[in-house]
Amino acid sequence: MTAFTVLMNRHRLARARQRKAANAVMLSLTGLLTALALVPLFWIVIYVIARGGKYVNLAFFTQLPRPMGVPGGGVLHAIEGTLVLSFLAALISIPPGVLAAFYAARNPNTPLGVAVRFSTDVLSGVPSIVIGLVGYALIVQPQGHYSALAGAIALAILMLPIILRTTEEMLKLVPASLREASLALGAAEWKTSLSVLFPAALNGIVTGFLLAVARAAGETAPLLLTTLGNDHYDLGLIVRGGIQAHQSVFQIVGRMINQPVDSLPLTLWKYAQQPYPERIDQAWAVALVLMIFVLLINIIARVWIQARTRRLQG
Amino acid sequence: MQPTQSLPRSPFGSFRRVLRHGDRPWDGLIVLVSAGVLALVLGIGWMLWQGSASAQSALGLKFILPTLDANWNPALNQFQAWPFIYGTLITSLAAIVLAVPISLGVAIFLAELCPAWLRQPLNWMVELLAAIPSVVYGLWGIFVFLPRVVVPFGNALAVIGRLPLLGAFFTGPIPLSGASRLAAATILTIMIIPTITAVTRDVLLAIPNSQREAALALGATRWETIGQVLVPYGLSGILGAAILGLGRALGETMAVTMVIGNSIEGSPSLLKPGYTMASIIANEFSETVSGLHTGALIEIGLVLFAMTLLLNLLARLLVWRVARRTPQEARA
Repeated sequence: MTAFTVLMNRHRLARARQRKAANAVMLSLTGLLTALALVPLFWIVIYVIARGGKYVNLAFFTQLPRPMGVPGGGVLHAIEGTLVLSFLAALISIPPGVLAAFYAARNPNTPLGVAVRFSTDVLSGVPSIVIGLVGYALIVQPQGHYSALAGAIALAILMLPIILRTTEEMLKLVPASLREASLALGAAEWKTSLSVLFPAALNGIVTGFLLAVARAAGETAPLLLTTLGNDHYDLGLIVRGGIQAHQSVFQIVGRMINQPVDSLPLTLWKYAQQPYPERIDQAWAVALVLMIFVLLINIIARVWIQARTRRLQG
Repeated sequence: MQPTQSLPRSPFGSFRRVLRHGDRPWDGLIVLVSAGVLALVLGIGWMLWQGSASAQSALGLKFILPTLDANWNPALNQFQAWPFIYGTLITSLAAIVLAVPISLGVAIFLAELCPAWLRQPLNWMVELLAAIPSVVYGLWGIFVFLPRVVVPFGNALAVIGRLPLLGAFFTGPIPLSGASRLAAATILTIMIIPTITAVTRDVLLAIPNSQREAALALGATRWETIGQVLVPYGLSGILGAAILGLGRALGETMAVTMVIGNSIEGSPSLLKPGYTMASIIANEFSETVSGLHTGALIEIGLVLFAMTLLLNLLARLLVWRVARRTPQEARA
């Protein structure tokens, strides 16, 4: 062992110790960053529950808002608006999303299949305010007034890529043997799709739908330009009034969707900007309701998808 | 197969014929709907173009070009989009600068270092961050995050304001409420971390194990494997993730509008209130004073659409390139 070798070995050992130390530092840094990234999640959830929980009571869910200065009142108009909008948007977006997904799943490499997947990517990246502009140009301008229908169509455009992508992935997960068995038994291609593939993928499709609804329920920007808001939206009143006036179901439904409506995020946006402390308290309560609604749907959907994917992959 | 003539006649003859040849209507239906989806995307672009056509001819190219004396005065028909384009770009870029290192760290932790039992819950929690509605972020921002985090942070950053060139972006005391481009940038950071993390994590997971094993066999530490082998291998995918996050940040409306101060006065500084393209549309669209005003706002929407479209295409291309490079063997 020469002096040179001894020095080289000592250098190598020191260097190795440096590298191990750097390794430990950087790896713990990533753990720290993960914790840091999750801090806002817990902060927001806990704060909204603490601050919003103080104001939530039964009247909150069942009454229309009272004028400023009069205590009490609730956000029934917003809850009903959100429900009407989500339901209508789902009705509009599910059939095209599922049908187009059938095509994209069966023919991923044809020009149209590539175009559909490309369009889905583009649609999912369009800012929600731009979709609001489209809803305005498409429905509000020709009709001359804001309506739940316009808002629902804007939300449907928002939901379409989510439903399409999830349905397509779920259809691809169905094992080929299922489809081949159905065809071997003599069923036509279309019957296989409808009676075999669709039920097999249904769980996943429902989860995709839930995720899309959660996203649409929390959106404000498209609604700012298409439904504006309505403090006096009361479905019970509309239905009862319609029955008393002997209106047909179509007329009653038409009245439900052809007027401006409010929604939970829209109400939150409006209340958050007002200078009255009571409105701010109500804003926090609305945030609580909205957040719990959205988070619950997300958690349920993801649990369901996890169980489903694990089962399908055997 | 029996010829059609010898089958028994039934009142449902034509219906049965349809069922027998059901493939064609079904195929036709799904092709039609798929073409409809494509038409929707094209229609959005076309509608934005048409809606702003009058404003385009009236305002010309100077509408979107950078300028020092920009004015937005609907009553006097003065419209300049540059302050909003600047506001959108600077808040989004600042958000990316803050978010990419954090997201990279989180993705590395989730993909490489996390114990298996912790992986699923952590993945969920990161995705839940993305699920919180934008207005809730805004509300929390105004009343909690701005006073407690952004204002101290801004006051600390104001020191940089004294420097000659860079200082222009950090001048001035941050407003007492905290409403500033910095506030928007930090909230955007929180909102785009889930997007960048998810894509980066998938990119890292797609890198074949052979790369990791080779590096470790050569005596690299885990960090050296990650930093000198995995990240360079997946770099275009990570870049794609960052661009996707940028696209998301550009289009974010509600949270930004609630915390950015909505003002185009004054300096380009991060510590001062600003205005973004999405915010001006959200704030003024329902109260426009003239057709030109509406057209100008739609034109801003068109610019926003074009920017996010291009960024999305670029991002997908980059992520797709990484996916193509990796051979079949990939980590489950």
